Amino acid sequence: MALLTIKDLSLGYDSRVIVENLNFAVNAGDYLCIIGENGSGKSTLMKTLLGLQEQIGGEIIPGDGLQKNEIGYLPQQNLVQKDFPASVKEIVISGCQARCGLRPFYTKSEKQMAKDNMAKMGITDLANRCYRELSGGQQQRVLLARALCATQKVLLLDEPVSGLDPRVTIEMYSLIENLNREGITVIMISHDIAAAVKYASHILHIGDSIFYGTKDEYLESDAGKFFLMQQKGGEK
Amino acid sequence: MLDKLVLYMQYPFVRYALIVGVLIALCSSLLGVTLVLKRFSYIGDGLSHVAFGAISIAAVLNLSNDMILVMPVTIISAILLLRTGQNAKIKGDAAIAMISVGALAFGYLIMNIFSTSSNLTGDVCSTLFGSTSILTLTQKEVWLCIILSIAVVIIFILFYNKIFAVTFDEDFAKATGTKADAYNLLIAIVIAIIIVLAMNLVGSLLISALVIFPALSAMRIFRSFKMVTVFSAILSVICALLGIIISILAGTPVGSTIVAADVVAFAICCLIGAVTGGVRK
Ligand SMILES: Nc1ncnc2c1ncn2[C@@H]1O[C@H](COP(=O)(O)OP(=O)(O)O)[C@@H](O)[C@H]1O
Ligand SMILES: [Mg+2]
Repeated sequence: MALLTIKDLSLGYDSRVIVENLNFAVNAGDYLCIIGENGSGKSTLMKTLLGLQEQIGGEIIPGDGLQKNEIGYLPQQNLVQKDFPASVKEIVISGCQARCGLRPFYTKSEKQMAKDNMAKMGITDLANRCYRELSGGQQQRVLLARALCATQKVLLLDEPVSGLDPRVTIEMYSLIENLNREGITVIMISHDIAAAVKYASHILHIGDSIFYGTKDEYLESDAGKFFLMQQKGGEK
Repeated sequence: MLDKLVLYMQYPFVRYALIVGVLIALCSSLLGVTLVLKRFSYIGDGLSHVAFGAISIAAVLNLSNDMILVMPVTIISAILLLRTGQNAKIKGDAAIAMISVGALAFGYLIMNIFSTSSNLTGDVCSTLFGSTSILTLTQKEVWLCIILSIAVVIIFILFYNKIFAVTFDEDFAKATGTKADAYNLLIAIVIAIIIVLAMNLVGSLLISALVIFPALSAMRIFRSFKMVTVFSAILSVICALLGIIISILAGTPVGSTIVAADVVAFAICCLIGAVTGGVRK
């Protein structure tokens, strides 16, 4: 059984449909890239998968015993957080919150988990720094560490590299690649098709035409061929 | 001057005022950061006006204990405001402006038509600005205040981590399975309780200041949620103590003196923030 099965899903706001007839499945260990134009509904799809936005029709079926509190999420940059006084440590451990239920305080093992994830993301020395004073790349690592505290299974990332410079972008991609190698399923939004083709195992393209398939199938498809042609054009 | 203070301290009403003042200042500062950052500060304002309306109705009905009416009305309004605030269709701000100004107008109207008091303007003024009511608290009111304040502090400590998670990033909290809506509801209820409590101290027009200034001041200097929360609580208590003592010694109105102290503290914190921030860079 797949981790997530999406059947005839249509999404949008207030019954205004943005995307319809989505069908795809995400298996454990997949690296799914969602690509498409700006405004094509990528973020909306992710929010619908997370239950933040009500779907208009269709079904989202979780499998493999996936629980709501076993999902990690890295949102698209959010304005509210801009002037928030919070240290890196406080933010990372807040990823454990969903597991707490009504328990008021974090356990030792949760604190250790936060430390481990900070180490994994290479931000241990930033632990006491203020989030809003960090660079864009550092902030994304903090949010990724928080997402890792929330899950061992699935990560949903909404444009994790937007606004980062090329070097930091590559670092971020390789961090995510390593996490996927360790067995975490990754669902990532990107408008960088080159990166999608390089790292993903599966590709979902939404927009005027919807495509879902493995990376190789994508490269065989019309959209993929068009992309390859552009790449070659660029290299000339 | 000190003699005068010692003399005053022998009166129970002065001691009551200090105890109640400190507790209310402590409570009202705790959720300040959340209110400011969640853009909820307008809710505080709206609620205080609703509470004013409820108090005038209670006064007209001659209720011996107006808390029976004021508390539930304010809590229900808090829940309603939170709901409309989340609803994208009705602009939250407009809804709040409507409710709060409406409540203010009705409250004054009702007081005017039905009041038997000879000193109407005085009554209204003291409800709006808190003037002397804190010095006329009965022992029963003091106990109610102490119990509610302790409840607020305990709730805040128990839910501190959840309040942080929901305030910092509600979408993430919801997406990963935290019951954010339930905690938002809790926050709204606690805010309502705090506002009703704080009406005693500073009156309904100045409550927002009591809630927001300590948080803004602390945010100038500190950069972690914990430190901001702790410091704003300490600052709020100090300002309340200073304000009450000064008002007793100088005969100024309690509420405005406390808020003035908060404003001065804010200015000082801005200065400190500018200096240390400059050093850091
Ligand atoms: N909260 C909202 N209410 C109504 N429409 C929205 C909302 N958020 C986004 N939209 C619209 O939905 C469409 C898809 O947006 P989005 O999912 O953010 O696109 P993407 O992430 O692919 O750039 C856009 O046309 C946008 O204007
Ligand atoms: Mg988007």
